[in-house]
Amino acid sequence: MALPHVNAVIVGAGAGGGIVAKELAEAGLSVVLLERGQWPRYDQNNDDELVSQRTPALGNPFGPDDARYRRVIANADGTTRIVVPSQGEYNNNAGCVGGGTASYGAMAWRFMPQDFRLKFTYGEVEGSTLDDWPIRYEDLEPFYEKAEYEIGVSGDHTLNPFAAPRKKPYPMPAFPYNKEGQIMVQATKRMGLHPFPIPMLRNSVPYNGRPACIHMRSCVGFACPVNAKAGSHNTVIPIALATGNCQVRTGCVAAEVVVDDRGRARAVWYFDANDQPQEQPADIVVVSASATETPRLLLNSKSKLFPNGAGNNNDWVGRNLQGHGYVGAWGLMPDETYEEAGPGATVAICDFSHGNAGLVGGGMLANEFIRLPYLFAGVRPPGEPHWGKAHKDFQRRYYKRCLRLVGPIQEMPNFSARVSVDPAVTDHWGIPVCRLSGSRHAYDLQLGEFLSKKAEAIVKEAGAERVWRGGLGLGLSGGQHQAGTCRMGDDPETSVTNRFGQVHQIDNLFVADGSLHVNNGGFNPVLTIMALAYWVSDHIKADWKASKFRS
Amino acid sequence: MSEPQSAPSSKPAAPQKTTRRKVLKVAAVAAAGVAVGVGTPAVLNRALFSGRPPRWRFLTDAEASLLDAICAQIIPTDQDPGAREAGCVAFIDRQLVGAHQRFAERYRVGLAALAATCQALHAKPFEDLSSAEQIKLLEKLEQGQAPQEHWKIVSCGEFFHLVCDHSMQGFSGSPRHGGNKDYVSYRMLGLEYPDIIGQNRYGIRS
Repeated sequence: MALPHVNAVIVGAGAGGGIVAKELAEAGLSVVLLERGQWPRYDQNNDDELVSQRTPALGNPFGPDDARYRRVIANADGTTRIVVPSQGEYNNNAGCVGGGTASYGAMAWRFMPQDFRLKFTYGEVEGSTLDDWPIRYEDLEPFYEKAEYEIGVSGDHTLNPFAAPRKKPYPMPAFPYNKEGQIMVQATKRMGLHPFPIPMLRNSVPYNGRPACIHMRSCVGFACPVNAKAGSHNTVIPIALATGNCQVRTGCVAAEVVVDDRGRARAVWYFDANDQPQEQPADIVVVSASATETPRLLLNSKSKLFPNGAGNNNDWVGRNLQGHGYVGAWGLMPDETYEEAGPGATVAICDFSHGNAGLVGGGMLANEFIRLPYLFAGVRPPGEPHWGKAHKDFQRRYYKRCLRLVGPIQEMPNFSARVSVDPAVTDHWGIPVCRLSGSRHAYDLQLGEFLSKKAEAIVKEAGAERVWRGGLGLGLSGGQHQAGTCRMGDDPETSVTNRFGQVHQIDNLFVADGSLHVNNGGFNPVLTIMALAYWVSDHIKADWKASKFRS
Repeated sequence: MSEPQSAPSSKPAAPQKTTRRKVLKVAAVAAAGVAVGVGTPAVLNRALFSGRPPRWRFLTDAEASLLDAICAQIIPTDQDPGAREAGCVAFIDRQLVGAHQRFAERYRVGLAALAATCQALHAKPFEDLSSAEQIKLLEKLEQGQAPQEHWKIVSCGEFFHLVCDHSMQGFSGSPRHGGNKDYVSYRMLGLEYPDIIGQNRYGIRS
């Protein structure tokens, strides 16, 4: 039996879904926000490196769990294997209210204008589905600003000569550089580069009723005990709830968007917290479940007009999976660089984000987040032992005397890097799971080599005794920065949604998450996901006023 | 080699005091394992009917002894405590009926394969080899060069990397999981513990 009808049902309470819930609830729509996970709780796994989203050796504290979730990895040789969320190949993104924003590192990057027009700027890249976005930076600028003010960002754009144009400064002052950051600032300045403080979705001063950061070492990968780190769970979702128009239902796993024979979304089928099937009818359905789970849900939503899944008549749903290849360099220093203060990433440069001779795109470089002991036990220069007396000596000697400069490269979209649904394997609820296949585009290796050499030069200049670079393999990219699988575009033949996140040919079905990205920039993507969620919401609200969704 | 030789008769740490509650707990864990089809009735039987309470949740005493000798080479004891003092075997044993349950069978097979390899090459148990011999054999495993006939189900390289990774987890992770006893690895690194919310950075404890 169907539940009482609402105006909008949103699948996924992460960076995108939380914002859409707040925008629609404030506009007077009745909203149900479905979330597979629970409200994040700090106290269950505080300071436990083995149960953190960053190193989930014993499981992900903010979901999903290994018992009920799985995915299939399809190798090039035709073999497959099943993986669970605590394994890297699962390409997990957190499953809780707030999604990844409850436990992220919280870098708050705007993409640069060139990122929206990569093909226009650089031309084609062979074998890549590289294209320009249907919207420009200027379209998104007001929504970046809204995200920065409503969620809350600390930063200082005046120190970055490459910063995208903006109308207002950040709402909070930048964080000071830590010890490692100061070393990097001096080195980069000596080299004529332009260091500046990383913009952060984290309070440097009390803001919006939440206190300033207290610099926990267990920051990235963990929830914040005082809510200084801003996510959708402690900003927009509480506002949505306060309107009285929004209900958050946790522990609810969406199985299918019900699309009727006329090609309209009617409801979302889901399993509730007691594993009971429920049908939630709505005027509008918004899917913001991440760039792996969103295409999975659309592909599992088969109907008369869309026999291969909602919006998938041209086989673009789930294509072009991207994430971020991280490249950079480690250095071992003569003196201590360690500070018992998180999150530790404080300085960045955008000198190599664009305009690199002979190359398409580039990437930002930043000093690395604080390294906890288990993570550092896996960090060794090539040829250095990974166990035994020498390994232990290294751990003792260098834990507090290392540097890392690292950044995400601009990945080239690859049509064969793909999320599909497995024909045989299902999850705890019997829903066909994600099947991940393909690899990153070979061009990424070239760009990775370039950026890691730049990082190496800076770490050497900083005075490191020993320096080594970290590069990329050809494996599939996705992970916490996953994007690109329901591309927005003007041409329905080569995209899944229009420029407003509206699925082609299904007027009341929207996507609002990283799936929309035409490419993923050379920056952490969360602020762009947030800005797009405001952008999509704006369009839904305008159409709602015209009653377009009633039928 | 400068590190101390591992004692030939080295055994896991003295048996923990066992109470009725603990036996029931072990039984419950084993039963949960059976319920999801991974645990074996043998584990349950051992827990309930052997007349002697088990020391380990998953490992047999012989397996635990062998694993202890491996872990003690992966993170040796020197001026600072190593895997042995941190309780890495206790950590791994506990995880093999918990978060690392999916690796349990690989441990069972891999430990047996190492015992067989050692018998074939040295005609004695791994625990009785000299420290230098133990290291040499573990290097062979790491490089995938152990005699293949013993490693048909799980490769020696895969097994070694599994034990190595889990030892690092047991040594470096939070003590609540059974390893890093008394925060030995945090003390070694000079890492403040516990992490007091909002206070460590101001040097309250220093």
